[in-house]
Amino acid sequence: MKIISDTGRYLLLMWLVLRKPDKKNIYKNQVILEIDHLGVDSLGIVTIISVFIGAVITIQTAFNIDSPIVPLYTIGFATRQSVILEFSPTIVSLILAGKVGSRIASEIGTMRVTEQIDALEIMGINSASFLILPKIAASMIINPILVVISMFLGVFGGWLSGVLTGVVSSNELIYGFQYEFHPYDVFYALIKTVVFAFLIASISGFHGYNTQGGALEVGQASTRAVVHSSIAIIIFNLILTQLLLI
Amino acid sequence: MIQAEHIYKSFREHLVLEDINVTFTKGKTNLIIGQSGSGKTVLMKCLVGLLPVDEGTISYDGRLISQLTFHEMKMIRQEIGMLFQGGALFDSMTVEENVSFPLTMFSKMSPEEKKERANFCLQRVNLLNTNNLYPSELSGGMKKRVAIARAIAMNPSYLFCDEHNSGLDPQTANVIDNLISEITKEYNITTIVNTHDMNSVMEIGDQIAFLYHGRLWWEGNRDDILHTDNKELNQFVYSTELTRRLKKQ
Repeated sequence: MKIISDTGRYLLLMWLVLRKPDKKNIYKNQVILEIDHLGVDSLGIVTIISVFIGAVITIQTAFNIDSPIVPLYTIGFATRQSVILEFSPTIVSLILAGKVGSRIASEIGTMRVTEQIDALEIMGINSASFLILPKIAASMIINPILVVISMFLGVFGGWLSGVLTGVVSSNELIYGFQYEFHPYDVFYALIKTVVFAFLIASISGFHGYNTQGGALEVGQASTRAVVHSSIAIIIFNLILTQLLLI
Repeated sequence: MIQAEHIYKSFREHLVLEDINVTFTKGKTNLIIGQSGSGKTVLMKCLVGLLPVDEGTISYDGRLISQLTFHEMKMIRQEIGMLFQGGALFDSMTVEENVSFPLTMFSKMSPEEKKERANFCLQRVNLLNTNNLYPSELSGGMKKRVAIARAIAMNPSYLFCDEHNSGLDPQTANVIDNLISEITKEYNITTIVNTHDMNSVMEIGDQIAFLYHGRLWWEGNRDDILHTDNKELNQFVYSTELTRRLKKQ
């Protein structure tokens, strides 16, 4: 029953969030600020994780291909496909759900328990829209950019590890990276990323906005935001893959 | 003037407000007093429209808030200033940005005009050279003064103060009380103060409503309160050793 009631409350909140903004200029400035806070600040962790995961995928693929029939460029091909189709859009989104989701929930939750949201409401401002909409918009703009960067870095990490460890030559890897490339795969990954970005920001915003109590409850809301965003990402990953790839 | 008539409010089975009938007069500091849990905060939240009432009507100078559309309610809220218990200043904004925030949202003032208005409001609450400080850099009393400056930035017709003196020393609390009283008279606004601080009651209580277990138990002013024979009110007023001794003298 709780899941039905929470889903209903989430949809009602989204109805408020997606209403016409009071002052568009202020929202634009907020979106730019949020792009910096939520996206640019996440560049470091996305870079480190993408390079290392790309490197590990290459080494593991190379380690598992021991048949002489399978050409070595398959390593590059498998690395590229894994990075573009699954690692960059899904795993990076899961990481962002942890980093960005907890930030959104704790920021809005703290504003709730310190009555800052009440202050906005008293002034006649649609607080749900004012606080959550810029975060959703910023995430939907910056996350695809982060994911594209992650794709390049993942492939680069794969190349670097392949060449440095000597498991496969640079030429074979580069041939594999380019082999049977379909731009639709990138399109599919970006569609997933945009949906995941909406889920992360809106679910985290929902948990933050409905925080009641004090510091302890802000922490609990933050944890719930990460858990629920991650579950939603996994479920929508399956749905979108079914819809877009099959 | 704000009128509340036959207000009932409950949370699940628990009745918090029962048949409250009270009028808050313009140009006066109207106090709602009572013990913790008596329903003061719930009444105030109902009055400002943060909580819907179960039964009854609330009107702002004849405008029934239950009959207003979303847009009309938004307009009325722009006539309301509110001072919260902890100040509720926006952490990410400087003092000046906090004070000019309502102007940014609802006026067509130029940046220079907003700055001028913010400075005027900050001067009014005796805060100078704090424009670029963040709330975390302010003392409790300064936060309350910034919150008052923000509340009066839009020239409100109604000012609500929710336990504004909590956490302040008696001297600073006195300064804030007097500031509220002065602003009320200066701008001829309807001020409603929610408190259980007897110093505030004696300092600024032009009209006092005493809530007891969710009911309006007594009404009067700061002179009446000292001579009432209402048992529950006397228990509340003379609940400390200091006040009991003063009464004996």
